[in-house]
Amino acid sequence: MAKKNVSVWTSIPFWRRSAAWVTGFAVILLIWLSFDTLGQISMGTDEDLKAGTTKRVPAPTVINYKITYEMNKQRGSEIPIIGGKDANGTSSFEEKELFFGKEWTEEEAADLLHLGKLTSQAKNCMNCHTLLGNGAYFAPDLTKSWLDPAWDTKGVMVSMISSMLPSKLVERIEAGKAVSDEDNQLIKDMKIDIANGKMLTKEEAMAIFLRFPSSYPTHERMMPELAITADEAKGLVAFLKHMSSIDTNGFPRNFSKSVDQFKVGGSNAR
Amino acid sequence: MLASIKTNSFTNEGQKLGMMYFRVAIILFGAQLLMGLIAAFQFLVPGFLFELFDFSVARMVHINALIVWMLYAMIGSVYMMITDETGVETVGIKLGKLGFWVLTAAVTVVVLVYIFVQVGSGTEASIWLIHEGREYIEAPRWADIGIVVVVLIFYYNVFASYMAGKQTGIMTVMVANLMALAGLYLAGMFFTDNISMDQFWWWWVIHLWVEATWEVFVGTLAAYALIKLIGAKREIVEMWLWIEVLMLFGSGILGLGHHYFWIGTPEYWWEIGALFSSLEPVPLIAMFVHVLYDWGKEQGEAHGRGEEGNVVTNSPAMAWIVTNAFGNFLGAGVWGFFHTLPQVNIYTHGTQFTAAHGHLSFFGAYATILIGMMYYGVQKAHGVEKMKMNFNSKMGIFLITFGVLGMTVALTIAGYEQVLVERAELGGTWNAFFVAQELPWYIQAQLWRTIMGVVTLVGFIYLVWDLLTIGKKNKAQQI
Repeated sequence: MAKKNVSVWTSIPFWRRSAAWVTGFAVILLIWLSFDTLGQISMGTDEDLKAGTTKRVPAPTVINYKITYEMNKQRGSEIPIIGGKDANGTSSFEEKELFFGKEWTEEEAADLLHLGKLTSQAKNCMNCHTLLGNGAYFAPDLTKSWLDPAWDTKGVMVSMISSMLPSKLVERIEAGKAVSDEDNQLIKDMKIDIANGKMLTKEEAMAIFLRFPSSYPTHERMMPELAITADEAKGLVAFLKHMSSIDTNGFPRNFSKSVDQFKVGGSNAR
Repeated sequence: MLASIKTNSFTNEGQKLGMMYFRVAIILFGAQLLMGLIAAFQFLVPGFLFELFDFSVARMVHINALIVWMLYAMIGSVYMMITDETGVETVGIKLGKLGFWVLTAAVTVVVLVYIFVQVGSGTEASIWLIHEGREYIEAPRWADIGIVVVVLIFYYNVFASYMAGKQTGIMTVMVANLMALAGLYLAGMFFTDNISMDQFWWWWVIHLWVEATWEVFVGTLAAYALIKLIGAKREIVEMWLWIEVLMLFGSGILGLGHHYFWIGTPEYWWEIGALFSSLEPVPLIAMFVHVLYDWGKEQGEAHGRGEEGNVVTNSPAMAWIVTNAFGNFLGAGVWGFFHTLPQVNIYTHGTQFTAAHGHLSFFGAYATILIGMMYYGVQKAHGVEKMKMNFNSKMGIFLITFGVLGMTVALTIAGYEQVLVERAELGGTWNAFFVAQELPWYIQAQLWRTIMGVVTLVGFIYLVWDLLTIGKKNKAQQI
């Protein structure tokens, strides 16, 4: 150690100082970029939606709007379109739609989204599904699931759920097991609807599916029943609808192509 | 056999405590493999344990056991080296031991709740008491707080010993890096309704752990191990360590950007993430060269001095550390680079590609060197001067490495199918997902993944058997 270093390239102090400078620089740049990003991804407000201001993560009241996902020439990728398209091919925030049969106030929508996000964590969605592409790979990605052609009102899921009682719940009732008043009411209501041939809305069908997924099997791999209550299911659907309105820089790519194919051809199943 | 667990010739208390951490780590490693096998089997037979022990539960325990066993083994490794490096007995060791028992009790409760309670209602209470439902950092909030307290105790042990004793370059990096590692955990401890915000901070924990602070940790361990196992010169090892820190933090910190391509964050992360994460393999190549070069150099010099035999004082540990040099580069470097560019990642994000990378990188970068440290611990526990591999050690390292490589290749093929069919061709819808999952080649890949998982488990059994017996065998030969 007494020997003087012959070259800076083998000098420990040189590398130590360099490591400190490079790390410091990277950290400062990361913090600076993070501040910018946090501003851009903070949730928008109802005012933004009303004023037609596009936010990367819109307000919870986005559930009152019609949402689509369409190719934008300028961006070169698909973008969420909220409330219909304007002349530039971006969101016009004009076209609204009822969500569970009503328009939600700012406070109601925020509470519903809060319940939905909490439920998505409590039910461990992320350890089968991916959300924004992150999670497990056992079940479909949920990023744009609200817009999925499978859940189109003419699609396979809505018609199946509109015409079939949740078999697992029916079995439980027939076996004389105690079920909640809520569940008894659900069966009564569904029986009337089925007798009248009434089609459920997308959100109603989704909420029933989320509560009794294994009663509506489509593949050998099924979603398990996770003791989701009717309110939690509503919250989850709001959470999914809200997530579909987030600007994900075009992920998943080509999703809208499948949606279009479904609309012209009925099904893209093969 | 049980007697061998109790035998110890440790010369300091820190190493005794380190060994306690290693024992729990290896048990959790076993739990990780079992849960992985259940989850893998559920891909093939979806009805297996359906609505009893679902994929989500098996998968949660699988990845949590992984994270926790690695943290245990990392803490254990640090306790192994504190006295060696600082020259003083670990300061506050009694508190450290108390921390160990508190942490282990907490981990046990958390795992039992995962397995038996599984899911909660959509309330804050579930997040506090059952799990947080956020991949990798599912631990409920009460356990988060417990973990922070125990880590603070551990950090006190390390920091106080560092201040009281010699301040080597290795320990300086260790102390600074551990502070960052522990501090980052706090970024994962809050709830938000905004899923983009949620994932933004979630990656601060996951990425800045596994692609920055954990990697520097591995560099530090490798530096220490090279000095201990092959007698590498401290000046050279420490110089390399600083170069590694420079490159790992220089690329890894802003490499965080490659997780910000599609979660709602702005487009400039495409360029930042692509540039810096593409540089991430560079330090891994450097680490690989460093380990092999030093080994060759020390061996060559020993021969030059006319010494016969191997300079390696613990051949199973050295074998695992060389596997680490390979595995880190291959799993984290090559498999990571495969899908790190946004142009590629838009199709691979959230497919089995990620799972392939995850398996090889966690194994290659972390499991390997931590197992190496366990062998080092066993050597110290039995006071063996020169520990040599035997049949069991070789079977262990061969089968585990072969098994994990096999799983990785199988998952890569599965991911490739998914990328082309589900993503590129059909656009990632619900139907597209199932079309890809039902492709014969996809199913075949999942079958091979499961078979290779079993191979890994057999290797693990050899490994545990060897860890329990090798010390005694070597000690007997020595006398």
